[in-house]
Parts: sequence; structure tokens; C-alpha cells
Amino acid sequence: MSIAAHLPALQVVLPLISAPLAVLLRRRDLAFWMVTAAAWAAFATAIQLWLQVAAGGTISYHIGSWPPPWGIEYRIDRLTSFVLLLVSGMAAVMLPYARSSIEREIPQESHYLFYAMFGLCLAGLLGITITGDAFNIFVFLEISSLATYVLIALGRDRRALTAAYQYLIMGSIGATFIVIGIGFLYLTTGTLNLADMASRLRGVESSRPVLAALAFLTVGISLKLALFPLHQWLPNAYTYAPSPVTAFLAATATKVSVYVLIRFYFSVFGESLVYERLPLPQIMLGLSLLAMFGASFIAIFQNNLKRLFAYSSVGQIGYITLGLSFDSVNGLTASIVHLFNHGIAKGAIFLLIGGIAVGIATPGAVSPAPTSPKGAGRREAAVPSNAREAATPHTFDRLAGLAQRMPLTCFGIVLGGLSLIGVPGTAGFISKWYLILAALEQGQFWLVGAILLSSLLAVAYVWHFIEVAYFRAPPVGQVARKEAPLAMLIPAWLLIAATIWFGLDTSVTVGTALDAARQLMDKAQ
Amino acid sequence: MNSAAAASLILHPALILIAGALLLPLLRGTARNVAVLSAPTLALVALWLLPEGRLWQLQWLDYSLAPLAVDKLSRLFATIFVLMAIVGGLFALRQQSRLEIPAAFLYAGSAIGVTLAGDLITVFLFWEFMAVGSTLVLWSAGTPGAWAASRRYVAIHLAGGVILFAGITGQILATGDAGFHAMRADSIATWLILIGFLINTGAPPISAWLPDAYPEASWSGTVFLSAFTTKTAVYVLLRGFPGTEILVWIGTFMIFYGIVYALLENDMRRILAYSIVNQVGFMVVGIGIGTEMALNGAAAHAFAHIIYKALLLMSAGAVLAATGRRKCSELGGLFHSMPLTTICGTIGALAISSFPLTSGFVSKSMVTQAAADGHMQAVWLLLAAASAGVFLHAGIKFPWFVFFQKDSGLRPPDPPPSMRWAMILFAFLCIALGVWPDPLYALLPYAVDYAPYTAAHVITQLQLLLFSGLAFFVMLDYLRRTPTITLDVDWLWRIAGPVAARSFRDALRITRAGLNEQLLSGRQAMADSIARHRRPDGLLLRSWPTGGMALWVMVMLLAYLALYYLR
Repeated sequence: MSIAAHLPALQVVLPLISAPLAVLLRRRDLAFWMVTAAAWAAFATAIQLWLQVAAGGTISYHIGSWPPPWGIEYRIDRLTSFVLLLVSGMAAVMLPYARSSIEREIPQESHYLFYAMFGLCLAGLLGITITGDAFNIFVFLEISSLATYVLIALGRDRRALTAAYQYLIMGSIGATFIVIGIGFLYLTTGTLNLADMASRLRGVESSRPVLAALAFLTVGISLKLALFPLHQWLPNAYTYAPSPVTAFLAATATKVSVYVLIRFYFSVFGESLVYERLPLPQIMLGLSLLAMFGASFIAIFQNNLKRLFAYSSVGQIGYITLGLSFDSVNGLTASIVHLFNHGIAKGAIFLLIGGIAVGIATPGAVSPAPTSPKGAGRREAAVPSNAREAATPHTFDRLAGLAQRMPLTCFGIVLGGLSLIGVPGTAGFISKWYLILAALEQGQFWLVGAILLSSLLAVAYVWHFIEVAYFRAPPVGQVARKEAPLAMLIPAWLLIAATIWFGLDTSVTVGTALDAARQLMDKAQ
Repeated sequence: MNSAAAASLILHPALILIAGALLLPLLRGTARNVAVLSAPTLALVALWLLPEGRLWQLQWLDYSLAPLAVDKLSRLFATIFVLMAIVGGLFALRQQSRLEIPAAFLYAGSAIGVTLAGDLITVFLFWEFMAVGSTLVLWSAGTPGAWAASRRYVAIHLAGGVILFAGITGQILATGDAGFHAMRADSIATWLILIGFLINTGAPPISAWLPDAYPEASWSGTVFLSAFTTKTAVYVLLRGFPGTEILVWIGTFMIFYGIVYALLENDMRRILAYSIVNQVGFMVVGIGIGTEMALNGAAAHAFAHIIYKALLLMSAGAVLAATGRRKCSELGGLFHSMPLTTICGTIGALAISSFPLTSGFVSKSMVTQAAADGHMQAVWLLLAAASAGVFLHAGIKFPWFVFFQKDSGLRPPDPPPSMRWAMILFAFLCIALGVWPDPLYALLPYAVDYAPYTAAHVITQLQLLLFSGLAFFVMLDYLRRTPTITLDVDWLWRIAGPVAARSFRDALRITRAGLNEQLLSGRQAMADSIARHRRPDGLLLRSWPTGGMALWVMVMLLAYLALYYLR
């Protein structure tokens, strides 16, 4: 068989083997090229798969030629191809950025480890998305999660360790819940293949193990996707992780979790069970509203830019789950589109924020990252005395008047912020439009009001940044213009351009999402 | 058509102005001054080269949008907006703030964008840009008062935008058509649109945003602010809700609200701001009456109003720039040293009072005539009474207290040439349109069959004016301004809201403190022991939130399980 027939396997395998190779190579440049090449190849593969699925329908790939339900099946429908596109695209854009960014954030000896972990994380996320096998989902989830914990812990601030530890505990609880849920399903149906599972569940949907499985999976996945009130791990993790890690996680990790939730709800349990017989839509609606208002409200009062946008992520996830709660094509479309649009916008914002650290670092603190062997204790000793200041460059009092020094960076963040608000002409507007359509379809005008009012909260927190960066006087003696290096600006602006592009031309995003939503709703009925 | 479409592809007047706004900050000195005047002039030329029809069409999602659509009504409003941008730019040339003119051009360009929009999405887009532009204009005054006012202003306009957007999506979903046509206020969606539009006209119950914000802008900023927001709202009402009866009563309320508050007011620019609400009220009444004559009258009145209100505010701005004072009680006798400003301000005052031979006469009388034709005696009477009231508060009060009255001893000179010419231009237009109204009538959306200068019209109007003028001087002692502040609805959100919020917070704090005391003693022992166990390792000390998180996970799981099993 030609290579083209094995694209689904290559999608995961390439990043997966790039990771150990990066470790073996040890040289940071080689490791960088290794993982980046794998990510680019994965992106090319994802585009190819997206085209194939758009033209020829769902692809089913049998690993080792074992037919399902015995063998592991990779199954790519419209939704899968869309999420693959997002995840691999983000990795392809962010890796070149990371190379320049971690120069300042991570000791040089650990760079190859960073790339290896990045590759693993990517492979895990792609694997979760592409596989059609329940246990496989768990395995890839663990791969990506473990890599994520390490990546977060690499952050320069010592609090990154705590954050990673917290996320480790919470992530493990979540993963345990997921595996318990999958166990219940396996117990009931005797199969791990998702499609097979779905067909065998017919008739026994209301049995207690199935309901318990649904509960465990819902809570476990909600934890991973940071659905209010299970979001508490997220702000710390995003705040203290190295910039490229924050950006990549914000753009992909929670989004893939949403994908898993959609997959289980619509392709395994079935819409009729989840939405008609159980009060899930109401719960989802309530939690989403809490996220939209609660988290956005908290975001307004943050004093740290990264943390502000981390809380904003929790709020934006609320929009995604709100779309799920409608149980309609438009609602699902809104979720899927927002998953994509928000991923791009938030990724871009966090990339730009990473650049700020470079721009405002005081001369003494920009010294290349401390060179010391691994191990927290000794690393601490090597960190310069003003490390605490250097490690938290994103507090608002240090950002005063930033727009004069870093006009491109600040303008980019504002544009990304407009997308978070949902201003027409940006990608965020498209998702909100479909959310509102879905709400209006069901005649819920109050919900339209709620969606729009919560956008005003987004206005408030984006405004907080604008006020500080554009209207406060810069600290004395720090007026020289100093942008982040081009290697960091270009990827970030590429994504900003994408948020504008997808706000104007919606054929790719809405086209795919509508198809995917229809596909899911059809299958579920 | 194709070539015309191709030509118009680059020449959207609104975009020309907005591009100018973006270019201006890069320019300095003469180049900047040339650009300030040429950008709107170019937009004016582009506007008049446009043929009528839906010129730009594009597909967005499933809807066909027309970001550039021209007919007589939109050309009329776009024309006066561009004229306003030219003259306003000329007046503001010497403004120190570098932000103000670009912001004003963004603001004006967006207003023009609304008038040239053929679909509701484009309307909304430019509507929001307008809010941003006007806020920036307000802001560029750079005073703490302007800063605070701009925050209240933007909050109200964004909230209005939310309401409008909810209505627009509902309407598009209900009709499947994004086009901007006449609607009837008969569904939630159309009501929301109507409310969104009305908020920008300064309609009750939240008219107060307008006199709260506008007078806080700089001496030139208020001139821009007075022109666009409310008149754009008048335009969209004209197009969207002609003949909606409730507008007659809303408009009447606005007319009297403006008069009463303007009479009580001491700040010269606040007087003029209240009088904007009053004048827009006349237009809203015209739209509510809904006959061709009434709609023509509303459109013509908007056109004339922009000119004379800008003229009045320019003369007030010239006074403010020269003296730094804004209260009537601190001004007076300025005609000695500012003759030109006095003349121009007086011409504006005569025009707003609809004196024969001024633009106000030929436009406002159309609205009152339409009320009479429609046999709406009550409305006609109220409008006639209000006309007298307008003369009282804007026609006499403003020029009398500022330029004449007692001598305040101030002897500021007339403003520099750019400001002088701006005032002369608009003063000329006020008179020219009054003497020779045919060009204005030719621009109106419907054919005009109305002669303003009949003996009956002129005599009625003169009688009204003379008697109210008499009343003014008889009651002068009562009208003499004292330095007071007048309460308005904005008290609710400026004072009452924060106070309520504070007392709520205090109450919450007290309750919580009480609860805490109860809990604390019990929890203290436990917390102590936990802390003791965790202290050795600083890392673990922080992990108490991890426990909290895990607790939440359990709570969620139990909740789900309980709900599922109970079903």
C-alpha cells in the first residue's frame, strides 16, 4: 500500500517517535528540528485528511489490519479532521516560537527534554482525537497529560512546580474517573470500540452501570476541559507554565477534551439518552452560565495578564459547553466553531504575552536562562536574585504604558481580545452568532441577553489591559522601543491574522462545523 | 454598472474617512492640516459620485449583505455628516489633543457607514464603531471629568449595542433576510431593535447620558459629538420605523424634557446638550406621525439641526477656549470683544428658534404642519408650545447670558481664523437654507409640496417668538442662573447605584463577619492541625486548594449520579 493509505497512523506516529528521537539526539537544535519537522508533517497530514474526509466521507483505518471491534480502529469523520487540523496546526505554528521563547525561560540543558515533551503532548492529543477505541483514548490522554505536567513544571517561576503538581493530582483524578467510566462501559458491552459500543448500548442505556459510566465520564472530562467549577487547576497552570506551553495548552488541550465529551455524548451514549432522558442539558446550561459570568467576572479583577486570560479561557469554555446544552445543529455548530476560533485567538494572545516578558525584562534579568543541572534545589540556587521579579513580568503595574514600547504586541493582544469579545469581523463573532441562533431557535430570548451581557464582561477585562498598556504612563527610564524578536512575533501575528480571516471567510470553519454537527446529530438519532 | 461598481469598490465614503482617521496620527504640521480638510472633502466627492442602488453585495454566512447602498435618504444624511466632518475638522484644527480629530473622523466615518448600510449587520458594525469613536472624542478632552463621563457613556452605549444586536439577530432569524427595511414593532426582536435605536436618540428614560457626557468633551469635541450619534439614530428610525405611533409620544416627552432641564441649567454647553434632546424630539415626533410630509420634515430638520447646533456649540466652544469658563453665571458681556462669535452664535440661536429666514424655520414648520394635516390637534398644540419653549431656552437664554447681560469684565478676542471660518461657513448655511430652501427640499426622500413662506406661517411663528421673547425678559429675574446642579435620571447610576452597591457590600461583610466568627472557633482547631502538618514542606502548604478541588470533583460526581438515578 502507498503511504497515503497510512496517513491516519502517520498522523500520530510521526510526533510520537520524534519524542524519543529528540531525547536520543540530545542536541537542542537537532531536537528542535526533529520535533518541528514531525509537527509540520502532522499538519500536512491533517490537511490531507481533512480534504479526504470532506470529499469522500468518514475514513476508518485498521491498525495492523485487524478489523474492528477486535483491532484498534482509527476513525476520522468531519469533526475529527477539524480538531486534528487545529491541534497540529497550532503545534506547527508554535514550535518555531518556542525555540526563541524558551531560550529565556528554560535552562539550555533541558531544551531537548522540552521538545521531547512537546512532541509527546502533541502525539497524545492527536491520538485522543483520531482513535475510535475507548481504552486508546485513555492511553493517549495519559501520554498527553504526563507530558503536560512536565511542560508546566519547566516554568521559570517556582510556583510552576506547585501548579504542575496540582494539575497532576487533578488530572489524575480526572483520568481515573474516565477510566472507571470506560470500565463500566466495557463491563456492560464487552467491547472497547466506540462504534461497536454504541450499537451494543441500544436497549441497555438506562441500566445503572451505563448511567454511572456517563456520570464518571462527564465529571472526568469536565475536569480536563476545566468546566466551572472544576476549573481551579487551570489558572495556576496557565499562569506559571512557560509561554509556548501556555499557548499550546490553551489552544488545544481543553479543546481536545471538549472533543472527547462530544464524542462520548453523541457517538456513544446517544443524544436521546444524554439529552432527553437525563437532566444533562439543564446542568450543562447552568454550569456554562456560571462559567461565562463567574470566570469572566473574576478575570476582570486579575492583576496578572496571563491569569486574566486564563480565567477568560474558563469563561470562553462556558460558551462552548453552552452550545452543547442546546442539543441542536446550530448549538453544536457553535460549540465546534468556537472550539476552533477560541483556540486560535487564545493561542495568539498567549504567544504575544510571552513576547512581553522579553520586551520589559530589565537588562540584568534578561541574562540567558540559568545554566545548571536538573533538579529543583540546585536550579533555585542558580536563579538570579531578582528572579521573582523576572518571573512575573505580567503583573499590571509592570505593563503600564507598554503600548509605546511594544506597539505590535499590544495591538495584537487587542485584536485577539476583540475576538474574545465577539466583535463582528473577528472569528469570535461567528461562534457567538451561532450560539445566539441556537438560543433564538428555542425561543430563549433571555439567553441571548445573557450571552451578550457576558460579552460585556469580556469587554471589561480586555479594557483592563488596554487601559494599562495604552493609557498609563510608562515607568520612568523604560521608553525605548523593544519588540519581541521576529521569531516570536511572526507566529503570533499569523494566528491573529487567522482570527480575522476566519471572522470574514467562514467557509472552512462554519462549513466543516455544520457538516460535523449534522453528521453527529444524524448518527445520534 | 460594472464600471460604476468597480469604481465604487474603492470609494466607500465611510472608509475614506476612517482611512483618513488612521492616517492622521502619522502626519505633522501642514500635511496634517491638509489631510484633515481633504479626507472629508474626498469623502464628499466620493459620496456624490455614487449612483443609487445596492452597490456592494457580499455573502456572509447565509445572508446577503450590502455594506454600501445608496438612496435619497441615505445620501441626505451622509451629506450632512460629511459636511459636519469638514467644518468640524476646520474648527478643531488648533486643538492640542492629537487624538481628537482622528477619533472624530472614525466617529463621523462610522456614522456615514450606518447611513450607507443596506443591511442590519453592517448597521450594527458601524453602530459599535461609532460608540468607540465618540468615546475616544470624549476622552481626548483629557480631564478627569471627561474620563469619568466617557466610562458612563461607553457603558450605556455598549449596553444599547447589546440590546440592538439581540434584536437584529432575532429579526434576521425570523425573516431570513439581513436587509435593512421598514419594520413594525410587533415582535420581541423588532422591539429590541427599536429600543436599541432609541437609546441613541436620547429617549426617556435614559436621556440623561447625553447632557451628562457631551459637555465634558473639549471645546471642539462637543461640536462633533452633537452631530452624529443622535442624528444617526434619527436616520435609522426614519428608515426602520416610520409611522410607529409610540414615537410621537416619546418625541413629545423628549421635547419637554429638553426644555425644562435647559431652562434650569447653568452650564452653557449643558443647556445646548439638553436642547439636542429637545430638537431630536421634534424629529422623533415627525417619524412617529409617519406621513410623507412628516418624514420629509424630520429629515430636513435633522439636516438643519446639525448645522445650527454645531454653530451654537462652536460659538460656545470659542468662548470656552478663550475664557476657560462654562457657567452662564460667570460669563456675560462678551459681545464687546468677540463680535463675530456673538453674531454667529446669535444666528444659530435664531435658527434653532425657527426664526423666519433661517434654516430652522423651513424644516421644523414641516413637522408641525404634518401634525396639523394629520388632525393631531394635541400634538400640534404641544409642538407649538414647545417652539416657544425652544426660543426661551436656546434662542434667547444662551446668547443673552453668554454674550450680553451683565458685563463680566472678560475681554477675550475672537478666535483664530480656522475657527472663525468654520463658524462663518455654518452661519452662512443657516441663513442660505432659510432664504433659499429649494436645494434642501430637492434632497429630501419624498417630493416636497410645501411652501414655508406663507403669510399664515410667518405670522404665527413671529407671534410665538415675540410673546415668548417678551416672557423671557419679564421673567428674567427668575431665569437668572445661579450656580446650581440639576438632578436628572443619571443620578441613579452616578450616585444611587454606587451607594447601593457599597451598602450591599457592607451588609454582606457584616453578615459574613458574623458567620465567620461562628465558624472560626470550630475551624480554627482543625486548620491549626492541618497547617502544622503541612508547614515543614512549603510545597504542601499550598496543596490545600488541591483538596478543595478534589472535593468539588466528588460533589459533582455525586450530583450527577443522584440526578441520573432519580430520573
